[in-house]
Amino acid sequence: MNDLLSKYPEEIKKILAKYPPEGKRSAVMPLLFLAQRKEGYIREQALSEISQILDIQETEVATLVGFYTLFHDGKAGSYRIQVCTDLCCALRGSEDFLTSLCEALEIKPGETTLDGLVTVEEVKCLAACDKAPMYQLQGKDGISYHENCSVGNTLEMIEELRESGTQKQEETK
Amino acid sequence: MSKYVLLRHRDIPDIKELKVYQDQGGFKAFKQAVTSLDPGQVTEIVKASGLRGRGGAGFPTGVKWSFMDQNSWPHYVVANADESEPGTFKDREIIEENPLQFLEGVAIGSYAVGAQAAYIYLRGEFWQLAEFLDGKINELEKAGLLGENLFGTEYSLKIHTHLGAGAYICGEETALLESLEGKRGQPRLRPPFPPSYGLYGKPTVVNNVETFTNIPLILENGADWYRNLGTEDSAGVKVFSLSGRVKKPGNYELPFGSTYRELIFEHGGGIINDAQIKAIMPAGASSSILRASDEVLDTPLEYASIRKLGSDVGSGSVIVIDETISMDWVIKKTIDFFQHESCGKCTPCREGTYWMSHLTRQIHSGKKTEEQIQLLYDVATNIQGKCLCALGEFSVMGVLTSIDRFPQDFGREPKGSDQG
Ligand SMILES: Cc1cc2nc3c(=O)[nH]c(=O)nc-3n(C[C@H](O)[C@H](O)[C@H](O)COP(=O)(O)O)c2cc1C
Ligand code: SF4
Ligand code: FES
Repeated sequence: MNDLLSKYPEEIKKILAKYPPEGKRSAVMPLLFLAQRKEGYIREQALSEISQILDIQETEVATLVGFYTLFHDGKAGSYRIQVCTDLCCALRGSEDFLTSLCEALEIKPGETTLDGLVTVEEVKCLAACDKAPMYQLQGKDGISYHENCSVGNTLEMIEELRESGTQKQEETK
Repeated sequence: MSKYVLLRHRDIPDIKELKVYQDQGGFKAFKQAVTSLDPGQVTEIVKASGLRGRGGAGFPTGVKWSFMDQNSWPHYVVANADESEPGTFKDREIIEENPLQFLEGVAIGSYAVGAQAAYIYLRGEFWQLAEFLDGKINELEKAGLLGENLFGTEYSLKIHTHLGAGAYICGEETALLESLEGKRGQPRLRPPFPPSYGLYGKPTVVNNVETFTNIPLILENGADWYRNLGTEDSAGVKVFSLSGRVKKPGNYELPFGSTYRELIFEHGGGIINDAQIKAIMPAGASSSILRASDEVLDTPLEYASIRKLGSDVGSGSVIVIDETISMDWVIKKTIDFFQHESCGKCTPCREGTYWMSHLTRQIHSGKKTEEQIQLLYDVATNIQGKCLCALGEFSVMGVLTSIDRFPQDFGREPKGSDQG
């Protein structure tokens, strides 16, 4: 049984169609993103499912998860707030922003809030250097950029995430 | 007509819509190329325009296209939208706001080198941009501007997007190709270069997003028009990403031959709190760092002159440092970056960036002894020239030039000469 294949048959067909037959392996990163979509991290089982789809070794899939920073093999908060503290943003106050945000959430960089909602992380340049402080929000549905941020509006954004999460839970009850 | 070549959305806001883009003459150049020019003629026009690659290395674009091995097929085109150099954010604005001109440039480039498939490799964080581009590509296919038998000819072209997953090294063209093939993004030994051995071992042209975006107007208005926009040495215009301690950071499109003074003080509004400008990093974290002397501020911005000053135009990512910042902190930040991004394939870079990171941290936290500074300098010198790819070489530039040109920040006696 290949879970990934049965869950996303159309998406997988579309991905494979992008590459020539001799380049089938190119689909491995798109498939890893697909495997990560619902839960925010990649289960071990998905590695073997992807290796089956592409006729490559499971270790060849696993090595990519370690190499690329956007793939996660472990659970974190439902959302990752990834603050850029690289040179240009740091020149415009992003390190102070990170410190104050973490203080307000009562965590340290790299940690997750007690309710498991958000993990705050430091990342390198995100190509938004003129709009610091900024972060990307990585969640189940992808990545969005938040620019020219203040601690205040970031906390509001987190509150909205919390509310929409509770709503969804109630809907599924 | 817009006063811009690349950032045309600044005076034509809806240029991202196909109808508006076509009203502005969009896709006429591509159609004309496919229906009435030989691929070789297109390459000749691009050669004659003097356009050089905007991804960092500044290699003449038309010359690169003419290197494609004609005995090995199929050919591929890859657009490099990895944009991960700290201080660089121009390709993102181009794709967000003027996507059709970029796509038309990719299409013309593909026709010129005989490629029927092109891939746009975007950094994984540009997830939304990739979806946006997919939508535009779809629209172009429906309008008969991409796809099979274009304009009633034999020529067909498919453009696909492909996402990276967070690794600066994948901006290096051979690491990008490895990554696009589904492997770890680690550079290949060169030669062979991509025009003879690229994607899936086939001849491949890799160009930066901004490079491609120049192409449609070069075809429309002619090589001489483009050449005349710039200087004798550096043809055309460049988008400079301005960041750091300036009042108005952002992208500014300027003709080559403008100056840092114009960029920083006229366009960028000067320094925050009107502090004194101290240093300029012309090419992001990979820069040789310049002291912001009057000579530097008034030098025409072009490939040759900036090289003469002891730095590089690179991708045009200008980071401004003011008097409130100490250079030992700056290099701690840049080395942090390179240590994090080293792909680990070769020892001088993997171990060297680790050591430099250790030393720059110590120095920044106050251990500014002469022995420490000299040790850092020696480690950096030892990495130089021994790395498999330019990342390792880039990593030492900031360290060496900071210590040479800003000795006071490292507890050393100031030197007499201007750029050390
Ligand atoms: C470490 C490293 C990172 C690079 N990152 C990028 C990048 O993000 N975008 C880019 O276009 N070129 C980047 N380059 C340059 C590419 O290797 C290549 O020269 C360029 O894409 C060619 O396109 P061009 O001729 O149009 O500039 C990088 C090079 C190195 C060594
Ligand atoms: S120089 Fe650094 S980034 Fe380049 S191949 Fe060697 S280890 Fe990898
Ligand atoms: S340094 Fe933060 S986005 Fe570039």
